[in-house]
Amino acid sequence: MNGIRFLFAAYIATWVIHGVYLGSLVRRFSRLRQELKEVGKEK
Amino acid sequence: MKRLFPILAVLTAVLLAYALYLALVVAPTDAQQGEVYRIIYYHVPSAWTAFLLFFINFIASIQYLVSRKPSTQAAAKWIVIAIGVVGVVACFVPQVQALLPAGMRPSAVATTVLLIPIFYFSIGRLFPGDRLDVLAVTTAEVGVVFCTIVLVTGPIWARPVWGIWWAPGDIRLTSTLVLWLIYVSYLVLRRFSSSAETQMLAAALAVFGALDVPLVYFSIWFFRTQHPQPVIGGGGSMDPRMLHVLVISWMAFLCFAFLVCWSRFRLELLHREIEEAHAMESLAGEGVASKASLPLNRSPR
Repeated sequence: MNGIRFLFAAYIATWVIHGVYLGSLVRRFSRLRQELKEVGKEK
Repeated sequence: MKRLFPILAVLTAVLLAYALYLALVVAPTDAQQGEVYRIIYYHVPSAWTAFLLFFINFIASIQYLVSRKPSTQAAAKWIVIAIGVVGVVACFVPQVQALLPAGMRPSAVATTVLLIPIFYFSIGRLFPGDRLDVLAVTTAEVGVVFCTIVLVTGPIWARPVWGIWWAPGDIRLTSTLVLWLIYVSYLVLRRFSSSAETQMLAAALAVFGALDVPLVYFSIWFFRTQHPQPVIGGGGSMDPRMLHVLVISWMAFLCFAFLVCWSRFRLELLHREIEEAHAMESLAGEGVASKASLPLNRSPR
C-alpha cells in the first residue's frame, strides 16, 4: 500500500491549520496593540 | 516571564523537529499499513492534546461557575475530593473492575480520576477570579484547533486504509465531530453574544460539552466501531519503538500547545484591558448611559 501521498498530505494539513491559527493570533495581537496605542493617545 | 517565551519556543521547535525525524525516519514501518500509519504520530497526539485542553476548559468553567456563587464553593471542594477518593478506591475493587471493558487497565482509570481533584485545585489556585474565564476561552479555542487536526488527519489516514474517507454512523467518528461542533458553538456564543451573562452561559455549555469527551474516548471500548483500538491504557499491542515515538511526539505537541495557549491567554488579557479602558473612557465622557454597556465579555475578533 503506497500511502506516502496521504502521509505527507496529513502532515502538511496539520501545519497549515496551525499556521493559519498562529497567523490569526499575530493579526489579532497587532490590531489590539494598535488599539492600545490609540487609547493611550486619547488619554 | 516574557524572556522565557522565546527560549521555550526554540526548545519546542527543536523538539517538534526531533519528533518529526523520529516519526518519518526512526519509527519502523507498519507491516500491514505501510508508511501511511505514520499519520498516527500527528493524529493521536493532537487528539490527546485536544482532550486535555477540553478537560482544562471543563475544570476552569466549573471553577468559574462556583466562584460566582460563594455558597457553593465549600460543597464543590468536598464533592471533588470525594470523586477523587471514591473513584481511585473503586478502581481497585474487584466488583467494579469486572464492570470495566476488557483491556481497560484499572490503574489507567484511577490515574484519570485522580486528575480531576489535582486539576481542580491547581487551576483554582493558579487562575483566580476572571482569569478562570480567560483560561476557559483560551483552552476551548486551542482545543478546537487540535480537534480540527484530528478530524482532518483521520479521514486522510482512513482513505488508503479503509478505502473510504469517513465511516458514517461510526460512534468514535461521529462523537468526535459532535465534540468539535459543541466547542465551535461555544466559541460562536462567546464571539457574538453581548449579554452580561455570556460568560456564565458559556461556562454552563462547556460543562455539558465536556461530557462528550469521555464518550469519544471510551466509545471504542463500549461500542462496535471501525476505529483502531487504543494504544495506551488498554489492551493495545503497539511495538515499543512506535510507542516511544508516539510519546515523544505527544510531548512535543504538548509543549507547542502550552506556548500557543500562553499567547492566546495574553491576547485575551490585552483585549479585556482595552475594553475596560474604553468602558472607563465612556463613563468619564459624555453619553454615559449609551456607552456604558460596552460588551466586556467578547473575545478578540
